[in-house]
Amino acid sequence: MTNFLLHLLLIFGLAPLLPGVIARTKAVIAGRKGQPLTQLYRDLWKLFRKDLVLSRTTTWIFRAGPLIGFAVPVLGALLLPFGPAAAPLSFTGDFVLYVYLFGLARFFTILAALDTGSSFEGMGAAREATFSILVEPTIFVAFIILVRISGDFSLNAMFGAVGSGKLLQSPTAFSLILTAFCLFIVLLAENCRIPFDDPNTHLELTMIHEVMVLDHSGPDFGLILYGTAMKLLLSSAMVVNLLLPVSGNLLLDLTAFCGALLLIAVAVGLVESAMARLRLIRVPQLLIGTTLLSFFGLILLLR
Amino acid sequence: MNHFVETVNGGRVPLASLPVLDPERFASELQALLADGGRLATYFADRRPGDPQLLLYAVVARDREGDLALLHARAGDEIISLTPACPQVHLFEREIGEQFGVAFPGHPWFKPVRFPSALPEIAGHSDKLPPPIGDMDYFRVEGEEIHEVGVGPVHAGIIEPGHFRFQCYGEQVLHLEISLGYQHRGIERLLLRGPHPATPAQIETMAGDTTIGHMTACSRVIESLADCRVPEPATAVRAIALELERLANHVGDIGALAGDVGFLPTAAYCGRLRGDYLNMTATLCGSRFGRGLVRPGGVLHGLPRSMADELRQKLKEIGAQTRGALELFFDTPSVLARLERVGVVSREDALELGLTGVAARACGIDCDARRHHAAGAYRELLPDLTESGGDIFARAMVRNWEVENSLAMLDDFLRTVPEGSFTAKPCTLAPDALAVCLVEGWRGQVAHVGITDGEGRFARYKVADPSFFNWSGLAMALRNEQISDFPLCNKSFNLSYCGFDL
Repeated sequence: MTNFLLHLLLIFGLAPLLPGVIARTKAVIAGRKGQPLTQLYRDLWKLFRKDLVLSRTTTWIFRAGPLIGFAVPVLGALLLPFGPAAAPLSFTGDFVLYVYLFGLARFFTILAALDTGSSFEGMGAAREATFSILVEPTIFVAFIILVRISGDFSLNAMFGAVGSGKLLQSPTAFSLILTAFCLFIVLLAENCRIPFDDPNTHLELTMIHEVMVLDHSGPDFGLILYGTAMKLLLSSAMVVNLLLPVSGNLLLDLTAFCGALLLIAVAVGLVESAMARLRLIRVPQLLIGTTLLSFFGLILLLR
Repeated sequence: MNHFVETVNGGRVPLASLPVLDPERFASELQALLADGGRLATYFADRRPGDPQLLLYAVVARDREGDLALLHARAGDEIISLTPACPQVHLFEREIGEQFGVAFPGHPWFKPVRFPSALPEIAGHSDKLPPPIGDMDYFRVEGEEIHEVGVGPVHAGIIEPGHFRFQCYGEQVLHLEISLGYQHRGIERLLLRGPHPATPAQIETMAGDTTIGHMTACSRVIESLADCRVPEPATAVRAIALELERLANHVGDIGALAGDVGFLPTAAYCGRLRGDYLNMTATLCGSRFGRGLVRPGGVLHGLPRSMADELRQKLKEIGAQTRGALELFFDTPSVLARLERVGVVSREDALELGLTGVAARACGIDCDARRHHAAGAYRELLPDLTESGGDIFARAMVRNWEVENSLAMLDDFLRTVPEGSFTAKPCTLAPDALAVCLVEGWRGQVAHVGITDGEGRFARYKVADPSFFNWSGLAMALRNEQISDFPLCNKSFNLSYCGFDL
């Protein structure tokens, strides 16, 4: 029960902070003061009190998209261990559910985008569908590596096996570091960060994720922003779970876990400050490269 | 017998001295001039009250000779189109056709340009009502997997209105057609029977980012018609303002390119530095965009020694920071990967379309009014600042070289700016004369032509903004490119909508 509450608290409470940290990191590097760290909390508060504008061409699918995009990360949070706090829902093979929950959310986001009939949203949907196919193998190879190390098929056991601080001494270290690196790239791709997508752009022809949600407004858009932030937290949590050693003291470990999440956000901000976006045509190459890298991690392990 | 009149940048020609050709002769002469390396600076028509015939004027800039050739003809209501032979006249013919209701048989692409409302006060003007803006036959690609993307006239960013119609095959653009005219204010018409007291304000807002360029061109046309000698301090201040305008825009453009590729540092630095250059213009005249600085006869604000030194000091400091920001931009591999070999315009296409300014120099075409048609304070020969790639990188790099060059030139101008009277009183304009002036604005060549009537008032005033030439270059650059690279290509040209629409 504690774990249940803890997970919900973290996912609802901490998630909107991460985009704030990324934005602040970028602002500091660009020499600006930047928006308040809590900007997203305020935006959400504002959006949830707003009215909704719905296009006459849309159907219930258009409204279902944001709702499912919001519900899925919450469910995902219950399946994923947060550092020392084990996942409240756990069963053999839950990692498959975890991955395809997000597939479900993406499916509905894409349908909602197509539902508007706008050519921009159609383009964004096509891009999102293409790139997500290329991301999926990396995630599965990463999970296979964890399954191989832990000998278990539930996320709790898989991450639990690497989280107890023995990472760096074990012979699996190199393959785990590779996996963490691949998952970080997956984080950037899945959460539409530079170099894959530019969350700050206003150019409708270049966007991927942003263009799919152009027609959403008010509370629906709030749900989308909240859901995106939660997804970012979950992606970061996977990387942190791999790298952060556990001391045994719950409070200390939990603080370290939250700190590490923020550090990941800072790292995302640094990447965004240091490089330009890829040409859209190059994105598949990087994603396939990442897949190959994760395979390499698996080979190292099997050797 | 000569079939055209040679003059120089800022020259005046009595109308009576212009040989009147028939349309066929006009076409063949124009074709010969363009084939001989001439660039069409402007081509327009006029119709005098009571005269059923159309008067055609063409100005060809001959860079090699450093002079301008003026061609003049009288024509009826049908003029054989020259576009198939010389594509660079295509837009001018469409413009004339639209303004005067004449037909150009043989024109492959005879569509509206600006959708102007009927102009009953110009004698003989067609009074058919024009179609609504943007309502025309767009080129269509047919096919199962072809889709059409329409962007604008209302855009996601805070920019001017314009409609872009893409024919796409997946992410690949097969064809882009650009339809403008939403900002058409009829400025050329407002200038008739001028110069009026409101004329400077109208010229300055023709394309707000080229305030100095347009106002300098207009002032020099009026000065040339009025035989007015501009004091040297004034020409120096004009050149300083023009280079500051160039710096502000080029630095802003590279910053915007950085923003579009998501490269934060240069985007942030250049955004601020652009403000610094604009503020230097404000130091000069009180307006960040140089409004109210240049006026016929001189400038309204002198540049005292102390202010020149202060500006020089500031320039040194800002210049170093600019170099740093640009260096970072051009040294980052992920940035270069976005710019190189994207949005290529071939040199042949650029020559055929008559591109001008940065866009032309990026294709290896050495054209610069400051270099080939020097006037005013531009005495020393400019270096050849061209790139050969024709891609986004080349257009960014040309800006980079020009920033470097303008910084050096500005330092020189500011060091040597003479003190003294900075305005002369222009007297009345000569009657029945034509004056033409080219100014190399930051975007490219700004061409103004003024023709006076028997009372020394403008009977026709023609403006050719560089954007008028270059929009077709942007459409060419997009051929077979990714649609996601459009914003970047667009930014690399950074053309003016209102400068085109007038």
